[in-house]
Amino acid sequence: MNGGGQAMAAPQIVPAPRLSLASVVVAIILLGCAAAWTWPPLQRWPVEWAIPFRDWVTQAFVWFSAAAKPVTRGLSWLLSWPLWLSEALLFRGFPALNLLPLPWVAIVGGTAILGHWAGGRGLAIFCGLSVFYLAIFGLWQDAMQTLSIVLVTVPLAAAFGLGLGLWATRNARVERVLNSVFDVMQATPHMAYLGPVVILFGFGQVPAMLATFGFALPPMARCTILGLRTVPQDVIEAGRMAGCTPGQLLWKVEIPAAEKTLMLGLNQVVMQTLAMVVIASLVGASGLGQKLLFSLQQLQIGKAVEQGVAITLIAIVLDRLTQAYIRKAPEHQATRTGFIARHPHLSLFLLLLATSGAAAAFLQAFAVPPRELTLSYGGPINSAVRWVSKELFPYIKPLRDWLTVWLMLPLRSFYLWLPWPVMLGVLAAIGYHLSGWRLALLPVCLFGFLMLAGFWEPLMLTIYLVTGATILCVLIGIPIGIWAAHSPRAAHVTRGVCDTLQTFPSFIYLIPVIMLFQTSDVSNVIAMLAYATVPAIRFTYLGLLRVPAATMEAAVASGATNWQRLRKVELPIAFPEILLGINQTIMMALAMVAITALIGSRDLGQEIYKALPGADTGRGLIAGLGIAFIGITADRLIGAWAMQRKRQLGLA
Amino acid sequence: MTEQPKISCRHLWKVFGSDPAGFLARHGHAPTSENFAAGRHIGAVRDVSFDVYPGEILIVMGLSGSGKSTLIRAITRLNDPTVGEIIFEGRDLLKASPAELIDIRRHKMGMVFQHFGLLPHRTVLSNVAFPLEVRGATREERDARAREMIRLVGLEGRENYFPRELSGGQQQRVGIARSLAVGPDVWFLDEPFSALDPLIRREMQDEFLRLQKLLRKTIVFITHDFDEAIRLGDRIGIMKDGRLVQLATPEVMVSSPADDYVREFTRNAPRDRVLTVGSIASPVPAPLNGVNILASAKIGEAAAIVLASEKPIAVIDAEGRSIGAIDRPAMIRALYPEERP
Repeated sequence: MNGGGQAMAAPQIVPAPRLSLASVVVAIILLGCAAAWTWPPLQRWPVEWAIPFRDWVTQAFVWFSAAAKPVTRGLSWLLSWPLWLSEALLFRGFPALNLLPLPWVAIVGGTAILGHWAGGRGLAIFCGLSVFYLAIFGLWQDAMQTLSIVLVTVPLAAAFGLGLGLWATRNARVERVLNSVFDVMQATPHMAYLGPVVILFGFGQVPAMLATFGFALPPMARCTILGLRTVPQDVIEAGRMAGCTPGQLLWKVEIPAAEKTLMLGLNQVVMQTLAMVVIASLVGASGLGQKLLFSLQQLQIGKAVEQGVAITLIAIVLDRLTQAYIRKAPEHQATRTGFIARHPHLSLFLLLLATSGAAAAFLQAFAVPPRELTLSYGGPINSAVRWVSKELFPYIKPLRDWLTVWLMLPLRSFYLWLPWPVMLGVLAAIGYHLSGWRLALLPVCLFGFLMLAGFWEPLMLTIYLVTGATILCVLIGIPIGIWAAHSPRAAHVTRGVCDTLQTFPSFIYLIPVIMLFQTSDVSNVIAMLAYATVPAIRFTYLGLLRVPAATMEAAVASGATNWQRLRKVELPIAFPEILLGINQTIMMALAMVAITALIGSRDLGQEIYKALPGADTGRGLIAGLGIAFIGITADRLIGAWAMQRKRQLGLA
Repeated sequence: MTEQPKISCRHLWKVFGSDPAGFLARHGHAPTSENFAAGRHIGAVRDVSFDVYPGEILIVMGLSGSGKSTLIRAITRLNDPTVGEIIFEGRDLLKASPAELIDIRRHKMGMVFQHFGLLPHRTVLSNVAFPLEVRGATREERDARAREMIRLVGLEGRENYFPRELSGGQQQRVGIARSLAVGPDVWFLDEPFSALDPLIRREMQDEFLRLQKLLRKTIVFITHDFDEAIRLGDRIGIMKDGRLVQLATPEVMVSSPADDYVREFTRNAPRDRVLTVGSIASPVPAPLNGVNILASAKIGEAAAIVLASEKPIAVIDAEGRSIGAIDRPAMIRALYPEERP
């Protein structure tokens, strides 16, 4: 980093820094390449020199898991009880007591009633039909198994998240620590949680629950902190002046006043839990996720689609229910007396439960969905897939090959060739230019660690895939965002599609991708693309919407054409927001990296996946952290850039 | 006034910064503005002392940043003052333990907030009943009292509404009802009408005066609006940079402002409705006549008579004795004082 002095000498205010950043970068590239040419270890860190961090971590975990056996056993035992209860309620029944599970009719109807209570008739119909789908396509037991993990994990994660959040709002140091921990936790892909959990708790439902719990915790804690922070000062003071004790203030004033944000946290917990439960099938969680995994591995696309739709429907139902509840504003009602008048939905449900329970006692068909009534469209889908791959593949193949030749291969060779001093030096120079020494050191430390641990090649391959996906996301997402910002109808459609896409558990994206592109690097990128384009669209749209109307009018009054207005006024003002969208896109692409390992890749995601069955905790964990490190680096650099732009535009 | 004050503030300081108490001690409890500038501390309330008497409306008025909000929060101990004394009913509030403070708030204090501070998840009834709920009243007891308060502020029929279903003026009526629910001795109002439209503000001021006529509370009322201060206040304290610049009746403030800052506020004051005839009368008694004017009359009420008369008119006290006289030039000077450059 001998060019650093130059950058430091240039004060930030003069317009020179841009130029000086460019010259520093050029200097780093030239020097780095020259150095790499004279001494090969500066091109590629030799594998023999790698420090065996992964073995150390693995050994530490093996030792720890042995030492903590009583604790982990106890915890598993403890957690198996609520799980047993919810499973018994939903599908197993209580054979010892000769009790049946909740009749499926009651669950279908109950969900519909819940939907009506939260969001009205439309939601009621959607909820009822979605759950009915699970019954009619013979996925009832698997779905209920998945749901029972969700049912147990969500309250646990919500309660602990709330507790952590409350602690953080009471103690600034705790908040700082938690924030950094959550940053890493949220940037670490789902799958990386599975490794340590397997070592400590083995395979099965409870470890899956624990991994899910760990993954779902941060959003709840974050929303708690945010929610309590944003309770208006007047409300808190009113509570204090009313003579609240600290406990009364918390439970009667602060938490209820923060309810909307807390519910948003709960919504996130539910969605993360569902996403994770599906992935946790890799460590033996039975349920829909496992069935889907088998179908994918056996390339039974028809079945995979059936199961995928089921998971998606559960996700959308849970999401819409919580969202509707958040939107539900309290409304006054005439004082009514009587339980039924005051609780019509609950009364209806109890009635349904009683009648279906009674009916189920006589007729098995009311208890569990009868096998004779189940349908399947797996067959038609399978033939459709065969047709698609036969008929469409000839058209898709040229696209795939074109992308491979012109985008993926050049990118790949570039990243694999890139000497490490150049990579680290350029990132450091950018970091220094944007924010200062701390941001310059961050990528050097994080990526340097991965290099020393011998993960440079998978690191570069991951960055390569993410770069490819991000480029495509930006090329597709930004124009759609611009289009949506200029046409209300487009906005309506786009918003609907984006909302739905975001509720899909990431697994699902693999199904159409395998169908259409078969396995290759392009398939991985396309899967990431489908998952990660949404934020690029959304932030572009929001950024453009936030351009002040007066500024737009001024541009029009100055005689700007539409194109000029877009290019010279709207996009520059929306640019920081768009940057944040790209940041989110990168994050989601990274989250997908580990998932695409299931359809074959050679990146960090694959390292995590490969480490799972062998219980090679160190390998999986460091690879997972590696993905988190890429995310954190990208997040900090882009965040600093967006901040700088915002400040220059006077928006910060 | 010979009465015991309800609240006495003595040398109250509120300093913000890394070490407020140490900063005050270092400067002998009398730091100057230069000390503050150099010492990276902010003096939000500086050496403020005043009394509030039972049943009076004391207005604290100042522009934003003058320290008036900090002052009311210091007195209520929502933000503890740095040093000073607040004598409330014979004891120092600053020495009250948390439990005592909660008890005082539950029985003796009520406060109204600028942005209402209503609990969004509770109905009007439940909002008003809230202070009673936290002090442990039974449901029947608190609902009955809350309904009474809701009737008092004219919101009957809206008991089951949620705050977001009400207009700003109605929301503040809920805030007022809530603050009165515990039957407080002292009533604090922090810019209660500032967030409302001018017309509604006027209506709420009338409502406030009506309530005070009924209830006779001891009131500390914060505002940044001098017209409001004059309209509502028995006495007005003007704050600037954390100091209490002048504390006086509206009349004294208008007729003899303490400094240019106060004069600037009083310049556009409705003098005809603030000044009394007594304050501008010449002390030479005029002979009683058919038409005499009470010294306590506002000059606006007497203007027509005085201006129509060629001769000075006698000014009489409550017993009907002539104590002075007022003539046309004096009246004109009082109504239209010469602008000082």
